[in-house]
Amino acid sequence: MKNNNSAKTQSEKKRSLSGILLSSPYLVWSVIFIVAPLFFVVYYAFTDRNGNFTFDNISKLGDYTGIFIHSIWIGLISTVICLVIAYPMAYIMARSGARRQKTLMMLVMLPMWMNLLIRTYSWMTLLQDTGIINNLISAIGLPRIHMIDTSFAVVVGMVYNFFPYMILPIYSVMSKIDNNLVEAAQDLGCNKLNVFRKVLFPLSLPGVVSGITMVFVPSVSTFYIAGKLGGPSNLLIGDVVETQFKASNNYNLGSAISLVLMVLILICMAVMNKFADDDTNMIV
Amino acid sequence: MKKIFFDGRKSLVKRLVALTLTAMAVVSCMAFSVSADYTQDFDWRKYEGTTINVYNWGEYIPDGAEGSFDLNKAFTELTGIEVNYAMYDDNETMYSKISNGGVSFDVVIPSDYMVERMISEGLLQKLDFNNIPNYKYIADRYKNLPYDPENAYSVPYAAGMVGIIYNTKMVEGTPDSWSIMWDENYSGKILQFRNSRDAFLTAQVLIADQKGVELDTYVNTNDTALLDEAAAKLEEQRPLVQSYVMDEVYNKMESGEAAVAAYYTGDYLSMKDVNDDLSIVYPKEGTNLFVDAACIPTCARNKEAAELYINFLLEPDVALEIAEFLYYQTPHTAVLENDEYSLKDNKEIYPDNMDEIKTVTYRHQSSETLDYVGKLWDDVRQSGNNYTTIFICFAVAIVVIVVAVIVSKQQKKKRNNYD
Repeated sequence: MKNNNSAKTQSEKKRSLSGILLSSPYLVWSVIFIVAPLFFVVYYAFTDRNGNFTFDNISKLGDYTGIFIHSIWIGLISTVICLVIAYPMAYIMARSGARRQKTLMMLVMLPMWMNLLIRTYSWMTLLQDTGIINNLISAIGLPRIHMIDTSFAVVVGMVYNFFPYMILPIYSVMSKIDNNLVEAAQDLGCNKLNVFRKVLFPLSLPGVVSGITMVFVPSVSTFYIAGKLGGPSNLLIGDVVETQFKASNNYNLGSAISLVLMVLILICMAVMNKFADDDTNMIV
Repeated sequence: MKKIFFDGRKSLVKRLVALTLTAMAVVSCMAFSVSADYTQDFDWRKYEGTTINVYNWGEYIPDGAEGSFDLNKAFTELTGIEVNYAMYDDNETMYSKISNGGVSFDVVIPSDYMVERMISEGLLQKLDFNNIPNYKYIADRYKNLPYDPENAYSVPYAAGMVGIIYNTKMVEGTPDSWSIMWDENYSGKILQFRNSRDAFLTAQVLIADQKGVELDTYVNTNDTALLDEAAAKLEEQRPLVQSYVMDEVYNKMESGEAAVAAYYTGDYLSMKDVNDDLSIVYPKEGTNLFVDAACIPTCARNKEAAELYINFLLEPDVALEIAEFLYYQTPHTAVLENDEYSLKDNKEIYPDNMDEIKTVTYRHQSSETLDYVGKLWDDVRQSGNNYTTIFICFAVAIVVIVVAVIVSKQQKKKRNNYD
């Protein structure tokens, strides 16, 4: 009995020790690269250049309201477009044969092999007035369309760059849906539309939610894309942060903007999760 | 090198172009570079067996890539001094490393305004020009510049100017003034700098000229009223600007997407290689002259050998290799007169009226000024943006989401009651 007991505690100890050992790389990682930077962001946001406590940085942010809203709006549109394109695509992928699934998957992943900067730069070459698309259009005798330096170009760039982050979670959830559920619904007299509405869609919601998160968050906060494709009227918040850090050397204002942006994104996410939770609860 | 701000000037595009061109240049001066001659009546081997630490911009020295001249290797062969070579991406990185202490560099190559800052903070040593006889080759135009008025601390290494690059097929006549960047005829075809200092320069020089005051009064001002004036001028330009750019300028000028752009001389050559319709002018109102200069910091341990290194950089054959590699303007008179220098007769980089062009070098600005300019620049870039539509759309979207949440909640309640 006694032996047994000590053996048990020993194995428990072992387990917790190995647990700590196994998780320690991630713990160290997250402390160094997540907690510490967050701490610095908060620190810089509330101090001035000399390290004195101040609210000045936060109070200056009123001037950037337009840019904040514009960024969130562009992020919202990009996310919705990604969702509209990715959802049917994920559905088709999940329902097709194993080989075709692999090929389609490959096609989705392919652009990610290239660097985001290069991909965005290529879109610049494609969209500009003397670019490839316009040259093709004018070759068949149609008037050139002005696309570069518009919000349209920014949304195209965002959708293109973040599309895989939408399709992958939806696809992985959908491919795990048990086909028997669909058959059961059909047996119970559901038509195709209702099968989708009452069975497939609710079951795929977790994928949709994580897809939206993974597209919305980077598209609100990203820099570079709008800078290259959006022209002067599409100054987004990510680019402002970049200039504050790199050109103006004002880490304090840059951090304050980042901090507020983080809070805004958290609020958006909370609203969405609330929405999604209600829906998932509904099915259960 | 003018990587003062961000977006390294040596973009990928430029690197590729530069690589091809250097390869070509290398082939053409191969025979010569193998047999580089150095000044004979000079004791090069005085400090044999010692070591120096050199801290320079990245890709800012001929390094022997692709079989070209390897400057540091040649120096070691000639003098028996070992070179530890380290690189930085911007002046601020170099500055913080040296001012924080704990390091020892014998030679650094900061830009003009940083030289001034380092002198004022006592981070640089006076040079002994008896050890740098080759200083005689430096052109007068690069002497006694405001950042080092007595020429005591620095030796110019490379230089450049900001010019107006324009497409001769799209622009009528030859522009000679910054005002072309405010010309409504080219609305939507104008590219402005994305970094505030150079963007402000274009406006400040124009205003200074209109008011007939010294360029320096505006360009290096700490006076918020003068900065506001420049910002207002830039705001006026904002509706005409196609895009605020740094290295995208290559793509946009080469493809004819834009007609007029302000950019740096050295980079213009890379664009010209792709699109022959391009040309450059230095506006009559004046422009920025930037100089990177070799200096010896106070943390140096081997000052004499460092001076020997600087002297070596000014050896005519070495300076020629540097000029060919960098593509910037060279301050070295012997190179300018050397027939082997491929840019010798390039009237765009070295215009005939070079000495008549009004120039201004950047001076160190206080961090308060930098913050203020940063704020002004954000305001300029978002000025004229009409956010009303977006506000309305956004409000509608929020209302829709809130309604959807409420409806779904009520449905859920209904269901729960039903259950």
